[in-house]
Amino acid sequence: MNGHVVSRKVYYFIFAALMVLLILTISMAYFDLGPFNVIIALVIAIIKATLVILYFMHVRYGSRVTWVFVSAGFFWLIIMFTLTMSDFVTRFSF
Amino acid sequence: MEASESTDHVNYLNNGYGVKSWLLTTDHKRIAILYLISITIFFMIGGFFALVIRLTLLSPEGTLVSADTYNKMFTMHGITMIFFFLIPSIPAVFGNFLVPMMIGARDLAFPKINLLSWYVYIVGGMFTLTAMVMGGVDTGWTFYTPFSSGYSHTNVVPTVIGVFILGFSSILTGLNFIVTIHKMRAPGLTWFRLPLFIWAHYATSVIQILGTPVIAITLALVGFERIAGVGIFDPNIGGDPILFQHLFWFYSHPAVYIMVLPAMGVVSEVVTCFSRRKLFGYRQMAFASMAIAVFGFLVWGHHMFVSGQSVYAGMAFSALSFLVAIPSAVKVFNWTATLYKGTIRFQTPVLYAFGFIGLFTIGGLTGIVLATLPVDVHVHDTYFVIAHFHYIMVGGAVMGYMAALHFWWPKMTGKLYSEGWSKLAALILFVGFNLTFFPQFILGYLGMPRRYHIYPPEFQVLNVLSTAGASILGLGYIIPFFYLMWSLRKGKTAGDNPWNAKGLEWLTSSPPPTFNFEKTPIVNEEAYAYTDGVFEEDVAGG
Repeated sequence: MNGHVVSRKVYYFIFAALMVLLILTISMAYFDLGPFNVIIALVIAIIKATLVILYFMHVRYGSRVTWVFVSAGFFWLIIMFTLTMSDFVTRFSF
Repeated sequence: MEASESTDHVNYLNNGYGVKSWLLTTDHKRIAILYLISITIFFMIGGFFALVIRLTLLSPEGTLVSADTYNKMFTMHGITMIFFFLIPSIPAVFGNFLVPMMIGARDLAFPKINLLSWYVYIVGGMFTLTAMVMGGVDTGWTFYTPFSSGYSHTNVVPTVIGVFILGFSSILTGLNFIVTIHKMRAPGLTWFRLPLFIWAHYATSVIQILGTPVIAITLALVGFERIAGVGIFDPNIGGDPILFQHLFWFYSHPAVYIMVLPAMGVVSEVVTCFSRRKLFGYRQMAFASMAIAVFGFLVWGHHMFVSGQSVYAGMAFSALSFLVAIPSAVKVFNWTATLYKGTIRFQTPVLYAFGFIGLFTIGGLTGIVLATLPVDVHVHDTYFVIAHFHYIMVGGAVMGYMAALHFWWPKMTGKLYSEGWSKLAALILFVGFNLTFFPQFILGYLGMPRRYHIYPPEFQVLNVLSTAGASILGLGYIIPFFYLMWSLRKGKTAGDNPWNAKGLEWLTSSPPPTFNFEKTPIVNEEAYAYTDGVFEEDVAGG
């Protein structure tokens, strides 16, 4: 869209990175790390999503307005989680 | 402002008459007309359901339809009116038609995506209509779980698929508007020279893009739980029903602002034109539109005060909800200040705009009442709520839609409608609306719950008044249909600018040529550069 051409090498490299992360996700499922199970799974997922957004969706080469909109999406996600959790974590039984 | 007069008599309406020329068009103006026809059909369908509801409530025993049928009627009334009429109404019709013209562009940024949005809307509509024909759905338009995901025996899945598909139509429209407004403004048209209609549509588009994916995936999860039995919302299989309400209202409260923000944009255009005044506090009005879009996402929990949400969250949402009153009040005060000492011409579009200001104020103030946690516990799920949101959605959004329809009809069609009939219809609509919904405030305060087809006999007088009002309201919608159709055949030629309005859309011919402007206009003045109190010429039909 903005005319930036990404080389095939970059795409192959990102694809390979995603595959490695996928193997890592599956491998981690065989270890019981207690509360860290979810944390590690989420960290790997966030890295994967970031790679897709930055390279496959070309956001890294996008204009500042694109960055503002991408950030807004995540900011809104934080709003949704924070206010929803404000209910879940304060549901005490009297 | 400078722009060339169009000498080309070929316009967007007469440059092709075949079915293909309409169904494969990428002209934003033709797509707007396609939307206008489609949403009018859905409005009639939704109106039919409203008719059955009001006729049933004429008698306390609910003799017209059974309890189950009544459940389906109010559900399908809500789904049709909200998802298939109100949300696309002003953006998809007038936004589509006017956003490129108001910023001096030839079309939207992505014309094919624009056409795709209409097809997506139609496919979504077909799913939902099929569900209705197959026997309907009875969950309420809110699809609350676990009833919708496990217990209802009606057509929940095709309906939520329809609404899911429809959401993409809304996202595509919002995406198109944002890119167009960022990238395609005419030379000299800076952000703070934009008409407020454009600011309103920008704010609306932001909500559409950030909110709609959430409702789409939430409804998909309802279908998923219903079909596959995966425990997401049903507590029997490990889900949390209140999670559904959080996700549903995360979109559906801001959706109210998708309906009302564009109407506010229309009112700003109409009020300035018919009072010949610059808008009071332009920048505050622009920022207020954006503030409503942002604050709208912080308040959804006020729908859940008695749902089992924690009291602390309820208190937080109650306090946050009051925030929305600030930018809304800025708008109402600024329109009033604009009108102050203006030379007001009481023509049809401004009558509807006045209707908007008054009725939106009542709807907004009763919203504050409902956002107050302890008061809401008393009136929650009563007719007080029904009256409140109809004052916002019908008194606000539909009045804005009617103002837009009458203000830009001469531009869209090149024809003038009957001023006498249109003023009469505006008056009938205003009277009918208030007679329908004001008694519902009283009914709700006295304790009549919503969504019941029977009620104690002492509520009958107010219900009969409401039904009588609905008949008048219906007449108020039918009359414009006839005189607008009449104007297409017999109406006087409108000319390029019958209201002597400012704004780029009035510089081109009526109806506009396919690419709007022969030469790109150059803007060198602020929005609403009216000379106080001066009508350059006598306005149409005045």
